[in-house]
Amino acid sequence: MTKLVQYPSGAYVLERDAYSTPVLETYHLGIDFGGLSAVNNFNIIVGPTEISGLIGPNGAGKTTVFNLLTKVYQPSKGTILVNGHDTSKMTTVDVNKAGVARTFQNIRLFEKMSVIDNVKVAMNNSMHYNPLSAIFRTPKYYREEKRIHQKALELLDIFNMSDLANTEAGSLPYGAQRRLEIVRALATKPSLLLLDEPAAGMNPNETKELMATIRNIRDKFNIAIILIEHDMSLVMNICEGIAVLNYGRIIAKGTPKDIQNNPVVIEAYLGKPEKED
Amino acid sequence: MEKMFKKIFDKKHISRTVSYLIVIVGYIIIQLMMNTVGIKNLFKSLLVPTCCYIVAALSLNLVVGVSGELSLGHSGFMSVGAFAGILVSGLLEPYLAMGWLRLLIAMLVGGVIAGIVGLLISIPVLKLQGDYLAIVTLAFCQIIKSLLNNIYLGVDNNGLHFSFVQNKVVLSNGGRMLLSGPMGATATTRLATFTAGFLLILFALLIIYNLTYSRFGRTIMAARDNRIAAESVGIHIRNTKMLAFVISAILAGMSGALFGLNYSTLQPAKFDFNLSILILVYVVLGGLGNMTGTIFATIILYVLPELLRGLQDYRMLIYSMILILIMLVTNNQSLKEKVEALILKIKTRFLKKGSVAND
Ligand SMILES: Nc1ncnc2c1ncn2[C@@H]1O[C@H](COP(=O)(O)OP(=O)(O)OP(=O)(O)O)[C@@H](O)[C@H]1O
Ligand SMILES: [Mg+2]
Repeated sequence: MTKLVQYPSGAYVLERDAYSTPVLETYHLGIDFGGLSAVNNFNIIVGPTEISGLIGPNGAGKTTVFNLLTKVYQPSKGTILVNGHDTSKMTTVDVNKAGVARTFQNIRLFEKMSVIDNVKVAMNNSMHYNPLSAIFRTPKYYREEKRIHQKALELLDIFNMSDLANTEAGSLPYGAQRRLEIVRALATKPSLLLLDEPAAGMNPNETKELMATIRNIRDKFNIAIILIEHDMSLVMNICEGIAVLNYGRIIAKGTPKDIQNNPVVIEAYLGKPEKED
Repeated sequence: MEKMFKKIFDKKHISRTVSYLIVIVGYIIIQLMMNTVGIKNLFKSLLVPTCCYIVAALSLNLVVGVSGELSLGHSGFMSVGAFAGILVSGLLEPYLAMGWLRLLIAMLVGGVIAGIVGLLISIPVLKLQGDYLAIVTLAFCQIIKSLLNNIYLGVDNNGLHFSFVQNKVVLSNGGRMLLSGPMGATATTRLATFTAGFLLILFALLIIYNLTYSRFGRTIMAARDNRIAAESVGIHIRNTKMLAFVISAILAGMSGALFGLNYSTLQPAKFDFNLSILILVYVVLGGLGNMTGTIFATIILYVLPELLRGLQDYRMLIYSMILILIMLVTNNQSLKEKVEALILKIKTRFLKKGSVAND
């Protein structure tokens, strides 16, 4: 079983990741929405090959953390380091270029575009031809388009989606849409993948498949993954480290085993046992 | 060979093939008619402007349909292109006898200048997250008109003479007025030809389709379909939308130059807000993002009312009936959704400027 070791800061990392630069570090990260503090003093460290879970009751601030990490929201305070580089002042676009890719709780595909075009959009920053090349169809245009087409097909193939390449993304079944969002995120070659409730709306079989997929992604692409999930069996099965969020604060961190037996966590999920006064 | 055939007629490219075909076939038929049975003068006089409006509508569709931004000042770019083209052609006249070459240079210069103006507008406007483009382009169109209404420009042996006041431009013998305020250009040598218009349409289609089926088209559509998702995969929204906007401005400028060089006199008031809306109507009725539809809509909606001039008072009645008919004919679900979305967009843009929808 994996073992966690503690940094002086109090953060836990996997033993195997302890001597490499973490893919993600946050310090005192927080955001207020007009007085309401949605996330407060959020500190985590994620190792370069770790699968970690971010859990907590509805409205705890989990999605908000992802929005902070990808700079969809501007943090009110705190620092974010991705592979050691400060990303807290960057734009969403630059955060992606720095190595963070994500999926969304409510699916956000380019619905009217084909499956393969969704993937190609995400590969855009690795393509090299200018608008004149496109307009006048220079050899470079054909070369680059052919290369990216091949790459996109290969990536789709890993997820058994290559036969859907020309289907309109919006017309895919729900499970396939979720998968395509993951493929699209991976197409940007991230070092950290953020999955917001990837199993939402899936049946037990699909969830099982998803677990294997997530492990596969980590092993094949050698990246770190943080996932937000309400499905506890999934979280306890595949996450190596878990952080529990409640009312915007981390109330517990540790291995799945630690978390399962933590009374504070149980209380957060089930509510305080009623006291008789 | 078979592969090439497939590529031309597969589902994705069929509309591109159709647009090229109808333009080429249309041109050949009209040329044949002109050379054999002949066509009426009224009809003949409509050929060049029709080509210009088609190019203007196609280029506007790149902004409104493909990149999903509302522009209400497209005639402003035509205006910039038209008067830049007229000036260039007028200045070159003593030195360059070849009309077609002067026309080509005028169109290129008109396009480039309109493109630069488009770039200058889009840098600040597309930086904003809200939908300010519609408002700013509308203002731009008015500003260009007012500016040109007050420019007096003449040329003589001593060079260019410029003023904002009419009497200040005093020309020596042999001098010519190039721009005379509200009168605009009054002595343009007409250079525009139907063939030039035809070639310009082909050029516009080439640019629009080749851009659409490239990495730029993909990012433009991604930015339109889901801004946040596009940013999350590293697409720079402003640069992407700017590309569509500037290319659209260039094409509108070129069409304006051709338009301007089709008349011996041209007033700045020609390119007013109404013209912008007219072009927008061609685009919306032709279908957002649908270039073939845009060509048809422009031809029908521009040429028919002109041909109906003989019917005098009934003209606008018939015109509106045609509009309604087209709406009914094209009233399929997808178009309906698009029009509704556009109306909603316009509404939210103008009624609730302050409140930005939350994700
Ligand atoms: N843009 C916003 N403006 C104001 N409040 C917001 C905004 N985004 C989130 N919040 C608030 O922040 C809190 C946390 O929301 P968040 O979406 O992060 O919860 P979550 O943990 O992802 O919940 P769920 O499990 O339901 O997805 C909620 O109270 C929410 O209403
Ligand atoms: Mg959430």
